[in-house]
Amino acid sequence: MSKGRFGIHGGQYIPETLMNAVNELEEAYRFYKNDPAFNAELEELLKNYVGRPSLLYYAEKMTKDLGGAKIYLKREDLNHTGSHKINNALAQCLLAKKMGKTRVIAETGAGQHGVATATAAALLGLECEVYMGRLDCERQALNVYRMRLLGTKVHPVDSGTATLKDAVSETFREWVSRIDDTHYVLGSVMGPHPFPAMIRDFQAVISKEIKQQMLELEGRLPDAVIACVGGGSNAIGAFYNFIEDKEVQLIGCEAAGRGVDTKETAATLSTGRLGIFHGMKSYFCQDEYGQIAPVYSISAGLDYPGVGPEHAMLFDSGRAQYVPVTDDEAVEAFEYLSRVEGIIPAIESAHAVAHARKLAPTMSKDKIIVINVSGRGDKDVAAIARYRGEDIHD
Amino acid sequence: MIKIADAFAKGKAFIPFITCGDPDLETTEKLIPAMAAAGADLIELGIPFSDPTAEGPVIQDANLRALSGGVTTDKIFDMVRRVRPQLSIPLVFMTYANVIYSYGADRFLKTAAEIGISGIIVPDVPFEEKQEFEPICQKYGIAQISMIAPTSHDRIRAIAEQANGFLYCVSSLGVTGTRTSITTDIGGMVKLVKEVQDIPCAVGFGISTPEQAESMCRQADGAIVGSAIVKLIAKYGRDCVKPVTEYVASMKEGCRKAETVCL
Repeated sequence: MSKGRFGIHGGQYIPETLMNAVNELEEAYRFYKNDPAFNAELEELLKNYVGRPSLLYYAEKMTKDLGGAKIYLKREDLNHTGSHKINNALAQCLLAKKMGKTRVIAETGAGQHGVATATAAALLGLECEVYMGRLDCERQALNVYRMRLLGTKVHPVDSGTATLKDAVSETFREWVSRIDDTHYVLGSVMGPHPFPAMIRDFQAVISKEIKQQMLELEGRLPDAVIACVGGGSNAIGAFYNFIEDKEVQLIGCEAAGRGVDTKETAATLSTGRLGIFHGMKSYFCQDEYGQIAPVYSISAGLDYPGVGPEHAMLFDSGRAQYVPVTDDEAVEAFEYLSRVEGIIPAIESAHAVAHARKLAPTMSKDKIIVINVSGRGDKDVAAIARYRGEDIHD
Repeated sequence: MIKIADAFAKGKAFIPFITCGDPDLETTEKLIPAMAAAGADLIELGIPFSDPTAEGPVIQDANLRALSGGVTTDKIFDMVRRVRPQLSIPLVFMTYANVIYSYGADRFLKTAAEIGISGIIVPDVPFEEKQEFEPICQKYGIAQISMIAPTSHDRIRAIAEQANGFLYCVSSLGVTGTRTSITTDIGGMVKLVKEVQDIPCAVGFGISTPEQAESMCRQADGAIVGSAIVKLIAKYGRDCVKPVTEYVASMKEGCRKAETVCL
């Protein structure tokens, strides 16, 4: 079996032209992840620029309202740029700089990873270009403008379904044509090795902090950790340091769109099959001939037809469970958390909140749930208003 | 079975690529023997994929046109089954890993061998992942064709050692599509390959004129052309057989010129 495997998943299914680039990246990452100077620089940035550690907040009103397990929110939404994406973007941009790259490119769905990469590039003095499906540019116009403010060039992608998967394809195409000075800052735990393992390491700070904070606050580990899953970077970050703690239930929430029994869904593990795409073997939404399905979700960040290979492995082994959450449920949870706790979550994160609303009442009051609030919802306000039939300006 | 080596036995090879089902399978079925008659030495048949990440816009569009016309892997197998007996040149499939994997690699390659396909080219399966399909290819006598790129450097030896059929030399960085000039040292790449194994080397990506074909054939054993042909198909639709045939003949002539000694 080739490198970068998670069970049978993962690998390096990319054109020959890119092989030396990913090998070079793997070598650099292997060196810098154990380099004290690199780690000190990254920690300094995470502390003083991103604002880590992010808070673990006891959602008392939500807990009382649901009447079951105690609910904590991991506040990744409070990070600089408003989501967990900055953890990875900053680390990869720093690595790219150490590798002597002067230019970074990235794909983005909801725009959160694009904004995070644009921010890191501005800070570290790297040229930055972001590829974003045209449809997503329209649903997330605010983030497009933020990226431009940060000095990044945004390329709308028209190929295929004009959403996240096409943005990933287009960024790979751009990378193949310009490798020497350019690093591809992939945004999720997907793609060819070493991206899934490297990005997981950069996001694992989330579960490392949850564990410490939980032990300080409650003197024990949580009973369940819930996170939304598109490619799966915030979820793997929230799960990783609990994988060996078998008593902690790990639950990933996939975007079911209009329902897993419809074609308008992005719930890969509920509806997909094994396949090979975007550099990895994993589960993908596809037809009987292996054509990738045009997936749908209200959330541009979860609107992806695959899932990272480590999640595929956790799914196979049963260590993590994956549940579908519909648009309707996510929008209700978006409004619920805003109303009850005064926290407007990203529509992506609202998928995790939605499942917690179902799960908490079934658990006793001495149990503990942690929800990873991966991002804040300002970017989604206009889209949710439209969903509710109100037209407000972005 | 007709062997890939046959394509390179009579001099410099011209290798056209078309996407099956673009604009429809009836046209593909006419194009294949017409291109063979016009001098094609081997034909690459693309099985369309929804997300062809190694292709430029021209072949991406061809993939979409074919898929929206309802083409499937099974329909392409049936078309090849009908057209194969009319031909004396080898045919290879060019497609993406998921098309083969999701069909069931064994079932796919077994059927491909039965209908007379000599090889497969899968751009998203590099040397490191070769074992995904290689054992099954061997079982059915199909060559999995390896690629080398301008970025391959010290990988060339290892790839060449295990190469089957012919070696696909990617002329330039980037995705498929026509280019005005090719600056890579193709001759140097080919020389490295031949030090390891005496296997035919054909150059692809960016070639569109007879002059480029001639120049590539002076440095290698053949020229592969995709986007320039697919552009003609896009322009002429069902009436593309004549212009494509004429184009293939002119490109083959370019390849032939490379056979004359350059003083």
